[in-house]
Amino acid sequence: MTAPTWKNPLVKWVDTRLPIFTFMHHDLIDYPTPKNLNYMWNFGSLLGIILVIMIATGIFLSFNYTAHVDLAFDSVERIMRDVNHGWLIRYLHMNGASMFFLVVYIHIFRGLYYGSYKAPRELLWIIGVAILLVMMATAFDGYVLPWGQMSFWGATVITNLFSVIPFVGDKIVIWLWGGFAVDNPTLNRFFSLHYLLPFVIFGLVFLHIWALHTAKSNNPLGIDIKGDQDTIPFHPYYTIKDSFGFGVFLIIYLGITLFTPNLLGHPDNYIRANPLVTPAEIVPEWYFLPFYAILRAVPDNFIDIFGLLPVIIDAKTSGVVLMFASILILCLLPWLDRSKVRSAKFRPIYRQLFWIFLADCLVLGWVGAKPAEGTMLIIGRVATFWYFFHLLILVPLVSKYEKTRDLPESINASVLSKRTEIQVPAE
Amino acid sequence: MAGSTTDQKVEAENGGDTETRRDFLLISTVSVGAVGAAIAAWPFIDLMNPSADVLAMASTEIDLSSIEEGQSITAMWRGKPVFIRKRTSEEIESASNVEMMDLKDPEQDAARVQKPEWLVMIGICTHLGCIPLGQKTGQIKGEYNGWFCPCHGSHYDTAGRIRKGPAPKNLEIPPYKFIDNSSIRIG
Ligand code: HEM
Ligand code: FES
Repeated sequence: MTAPTWKNPLVKWVDTRLPIFTFMHHDLIDYPTPKNLNYMWNFGSLLGIILVIMIATGIFLSFNYTAHVDLAFDSVERIMRDVNHGWLIRYLHMNGASMFFLVVYIHIFRGLYYGSYKAPRELLWIIGVAILLVMMATAFDGYVLPWGQMSFWGATVITNLFSVIPFVGDKIVIWLWGGFAVDNPTLNRFFSLHYLLPFVIFGLVFLHIWALHTAKSNNPLGIDIKGDQDTIPFHPYYTIKDSFGFGVFLIIYLGITLFTPNLLGHPDNYIRANPLVTPAEIVPEWYFLPFYAILRAVPDNFIDIFGLLPVIIDAKTSGVVLMFASILILCLLPWLDRSKVRSAKFRPIYRQLFWIFLADCLVLGWVGAKPAEGTMLIIGRVATFWYFFHLLILVPLVSKYEKTRDLPESINASVLSKRTEIQVPAE
Repeated sequence: MAGSTTDQKVEAENGGDTETRRDFLLISTVSVGAVGAAIAAWPFIDLMNPSADVLAMASTEIDLSSIEEGQSITAMWRGKPVFIRKRTSEEIESASNVEMMDLKDPEQDAARVQKPEWLVMIGICTHLGCIPLGQKTGQIKGEYNGWFCPCHGSHYDTAGRIRKGPAPKNLEIPPYKFIDNSSIRIG
């Protein structure tokens, strides 16, 4: 791909001094994309668009939002009732966060199925995990801002997690709060961070795409691009496909936002925060539920079960460690999975395990929404066990012993052979 | 490459001596710079700690005269709820008759109170910070008739000690003094 020659003199003038147009041309128009991508490859560009929507709606919300414990709740109510179209912008932002997580989870499972985390895309994958972590921090901060009951108690429970850090834990929690409880200093810094972190995500996305365009896109067959016959330019082929996908996304996103905007929220967050009354059950937003289930899964009598071992950490600490580990462990996946074959299409055993793992994560999410007692607790423990067992034991073992199917010769060959198959009945 | 030939020349001329002097300068400059950067970071980190006005609200006086036996009130201290309960004699008795072996965080009842009838403690569950129930009549008090945290099911006894559930420690006792027989200062 040679650099394009620019006709517009102004564009040309800028481009010779700062080749920004050449850069955009390479990465948004010429970018050689495998020609066999299916709809699972729509979610990346969708995430980029959602990030822009979140930043845009967020900035407009901030024009009318007041980050003070006495005023925050009322300022959000004012946005809902008095500010022109405030209700729309807020509901777009609120449900946008949910859609963001829905799409990112699909995007991640796509990677798990097609082995997109394997060489040479390890760093691309790790940057992705970093984006997920910062997204979680951003959404957690944002949920505190309306200063409802769930805002306050969610913030209290989650910041308290840091108290398990040995020796300095309590000091760190006070430092995070800027006081002796979640209070005005906490709300102020959360707003500041909530404004900042999306731009950090933006920077990480830039690195993510840079790494992607260096390693090139994976594809449903998981085999390497062997030459020009395997690819087509990003524009117009994938710009049009991504636009179509965005249209479908908008139907769902706007459908929820306009017809059932509070479907995914918790009614208690329309009650003003009260530091003296804990809600009957503290439930995080749906996208945190699997992790919440892992947090609460560790048995209280953990110490008794392993009574023979010198156990230095209690149930609370191990729950917190497991929860953070459940995400960080994903960074190791490229090395846990030793199989040279990327796509689960050609890995009969891994493919079964993938679907079980997906079901396991859904079960964790379901358990996270229920009170941690009785059968729910047992199911939560089994599902937590399976989560780690899958990633740490099954994946390495299967990748070593599985007999994989034969890979097609090239992307092009596979695409063409499908074509002849389809043409047969017509002849 | 050009650099390395010059370096080699210099090294040859000075018998290798320059390299160590240059290394010394480099290492000391970098170390001083690193220490400077670390010191400069401190004001930023410390800015996030509780400020003077937050610390200034660190003590509260509370009048106890209106609390009847078997009643509790909740006061605020440093933005945290403080549970103050005038315990009944049965409650005091059951709290002091517990074997230390049965406790997760062993502590004598007598060590948790200044006057046996007055139990003063921070009303925040030591698990993840919810407010336990049991202050108002009619609320669930848990299996040990003290307090019950609904968030993840921690049961506290009539001395506020953890007896069952995920919380690791007893409810914390704040620093306080009796000013006279019917009022205290917390903090
Ligand atoms: C990564 C992108 C972002 C995510 C995932 C996110 C997430 C959230 C969430 C979950 C809420 C709570 C909604 C509710 O229940 O009311 C929220 C509120 C808020 N966000 Fe964001 N946000 C993002 C970007 C931004 C940006 C860039 C700003 C710009 C300042 C912003 C400003 C606000 C404001 C002012 C509120 C409080 C008003 C409200 O509660 O609706 N957000 N955010
Ligand atoms: S916060 Fe009280 S039991 Fe978890």
